[in-house]
Amino acid sequence: MFAFIIRRLIATIPVMLVVAVFVFLMLRLTPSDPAAIIAGDNATAEQVADIRGKLGLNEPILTQFFIWGAKTLRGDLGESFFFKKTVAELISDRIEPTLSLSFFTIVLAVLVAVPLGVLAAKKHGSWIDRIVMGFSVLGFSVPVFVVGYSLIYIFASELRWFPTTGYKRLHDGAGNWAYYLILPTLTLSVVYIALIARMTRTSMLEVLSEDYVRTARAKGQIERKVLFRHALRNAAVPIVTVIGLGIALLIGGVVVTESVYSIPGLGRLTVEAVLARDFPVIQAVILMFSFVYVLINLLVDLVYSILDPRIRY
Amino acid sequence: MTALDKKPVLEVTNLTVAIAGGGDRANAIEGVTLSVMPGEIVCVVGESGSGKSVTSQAVMALLPKGQLSIVSGSIKLEGDELTTKSQAQMRAVRGMRAAMVFQEPMTALNPVERCGDQIEEVLEIHTDLDAKGRRARVLDVMRSVHLPDPEQMIDAYPHQLSGGQRQRVMIAMALVLDPALLIADEPTTALDVTTQAQILKLVREMQVRRNTGVLFITHDFGVVSEIADRVVVMQKGRIVEQGTKAEILGAPREAYTRMLIGAVPSLVPPDRAPVAGAVTLETVKLNKTYGARTLFKPAGRVVKAASDVSFQIRRGETLGIVGESGSGKSTVARCIARLVDPTSGRIDLDGVDIARMSERKLRPFRKNVQIVFQDPYRSLNPRRNVGQSIIEGPMNFGLSLDEAMTRARDLMGLVGLSPDALDRFPHQFSGGQRQRIAIARALAMEPVLLIGDEPVSALDVSVQAQVLQLLDAVRKKFDLAVLFITHDLRVAAQICDRIAVMQRGVVVETGRTVDVFANPQHEYTRALFSAAPGQGFGNRIGAGEVQKVPAL
Repeated sequence: MFAFIIRRLIATIPVMLVVAVFVFLMLRLTPSDPAAIIAGDNATAEQVADIRGKLGLNEPILTQFFIWGAKTLRGDLGESFFFKKTVAELISDRIEPTLSLSFFTIVLAVLVAVPLGVLAAKKHGSWIDRIVMGFSVLGFSVPVFVVGYSLIYIFASELRWFPTTGYKRLHDGAGNWAYYLILPTLTLSVVYIALIARMTRTSMLEVLSEDYVRTARAKGQIERKVLFRHALRNAAVPIVTVIGLGIALLIGGVVVTESVYSIPGLGRLTVEAVLARDFPVIQAVILMFSFVYVLINLLVDLVYSILDPRIRY
Repeated sequence: MTALDKKPVLEVTNLTVAIAGGGDRANAIEGVTLSVMPGEIVCVVGESGSGKSVTSQAVMALLPKGQLSIVSGSIKLEGDELTTKSQAQMRAVRGMRAAMVFQEPMTALNPVERCGDQIEEVLEIHTDLDAKGRRARVLDVMRSVHLPDPEQMIDAYPHQLSGGQRQRVMIAMALVLDPALLIADEPTTALDVTTQAQILKLVREMQVRRNTGVLFITHDFGVVSEIADRVVVMQKGRIVEQGTKAEILGAPREAYTRMLIGAVPSLVPPDRAPVAGAVTLETVKLNKTYGARTLFKPAGRVVKAASDVSFQIRRGETLGIVGESGSGKSTVARCIARLVDPTSGRIDLDGVDIARMSERKLRPFRKNVQIVFQDPYRSLNPRRNVGQSIIEGPMNFGLSLDEAMTRARDLMGLVGLSPDALDRFPHQFSGGQRQRIAIARALAMEPVLLIGDEPVSALDVSVQAQVLQLLDAVRKKFDLAVLFITHDLRVAAQICDRIAVMQRGVVVETGRTVDVFANPQHEYTRALFSAAPGQGFGNRIGAGEVQKVPAL
């Protein structure tokens, strides 16, 4: 197992290298000149040339890549064109809201969706099943911003139970932090609840017709334990796969949700950076998410082997 | 064994179970009446669809909800009426007073839970024992079913055990609380003969030691003759007749029972004249090795699925390969059909070595070797009609649609089906009919070698006899070389001119079927033969009985 983790971590190196090459080239292949962007609209040609020199843009492209790579490895992600701060600073400022939102979303989605899916499978064909599946289709098809604005309208504007927008930092008090995250979490988790519930139901339906489920009943086991002890664990691998994919795809939802609720997180930072052609920030964000994605994949594989003893690496 | 003063463990009276929405019949079982005394083994025999499993599920209240339901009759366990009990009350019965062992021990055990935990679960549900007490009890019962090294095996997962060991775990699970009734639903059908013999012995031993009443469901008369005290014969949901083993096997009253018993192939092979045709297939030192050592796994496990397998089959001859699961018999068949690539050795088909031919060069030879697979329910594409399945091969080899259809129609007639059935789909046929279709599909390619990979193992005995007869008939008609893979010695005895016995990838013995059966040379062959259930049974019926069963 330990050897497997080491091997997988080593295997992330080429993957990250490929990502790095693309990220690096992205900046060089765009039609706009980064030096011109930094210099601003009123800059003279000399000023632009001066900045080009400072940024090392006159070096051969391979040299530029190695310089950039070495800096990145040291944690020096460069300086934002737009915010006039180092990228590392920017990211560390913005990461807390995004992590909080993602964490709550996944936890809520799993806690709600898995029991719902199990219930739907158990009551296969009943009205409960149909309601869960109906909700699931709805959850897939309604865009995140529609869910977001609807929730704001009902729970913030009309009922005034929750704040409409904004974010409170954790060190300013956990109560307020959580309170401000409730609506965004609900918004973002809808699609994941739909996805995970559906997968759980399908996977459970398959497992419930297995012989060992019959064996468990023949032992006199109560239905709840038949479902959760015997069936769910056997049904878990595809569910975990979907949860892993869900986490990887969270970024898209985070961008929209953070924009709707004006949360100063990485999602909004990404949007702002793209609009401002703030390449160092875009590069850093892409690199970071790729790395997270690779790690999640590894984590999912490890969870597989915990869930199913037949899976050994 | 059945003393009159004892009260029956199980008394089923006039039990009728209805099928919701009605299938081909309104009731799955109708008016079933049977009883099991303490310390008695009652075998319920019948073909698939006879209702024997439904009967056992009804007793355990495990009928699939919404599909099958008890409409009348009574089930009494030690005098206690079960049909009126709620599910909650039945949970206290299941595992405690009545327990069940199922057919396929691989799928009946939870693959992600340790064996010990699965046995212990029964104690968790039904007793107040603490963790230590439960563990001691589990180790105890594991010892009593002769599982080797229980201290280790208690923490093993099902996939780490052999089939026989898994079934022992199942039996331990069923017997840990000393139930009054044990229902065994085809518990040895998925096992090899030598393992089957051990499990039957174990069931017998447990039942004697604990005075358990056993309801033993099987389709195998060999097993019945081995283990039964009394026999109940079922057909289409009704009991045809019941009586002691001697009565049913020795002097069956009903025609159906006589037909069933008559259809069981004899272990005494007929004396078939040696075949002198030209050699169609010759394998020379054929090897297949799985899991080679690689750079990353220098200690990787290497399995020799087939090693140095050499044999010949002549035109018009049937060679049987017999052996237990894992002996490599299917691997050899697949190598010959080039469905897997052999590691080394020669496969001469009509004098041409096809063992290492490239896929492109091999293509014209593909039609010469055709296979009929074991499971007719999975070997035909369910989305294509039978005609499409049959003509696909010949059309790939250049026949026009009309020619191929003509051939398909002829072949359907030949295998005993109506040519008009070509536009129907596989699910509209019975298992036996599907296997006939599979044979027609194979013959459509006009092969010189026909491989049957356990082609009758999934079929009921009466159907089995007909399909065997058909295979023998097409062999004669087309002068085919036939390679017949089977684990069933009775079947091998009846259809093969010569047999090769395989063990762990090696052919340990070959010879004329009569000679091998009469005078087995190798130790393993002798062990295999002596493990076959119901040694004496069916032999007096004599060879050639197979041919008397009418075709469809």
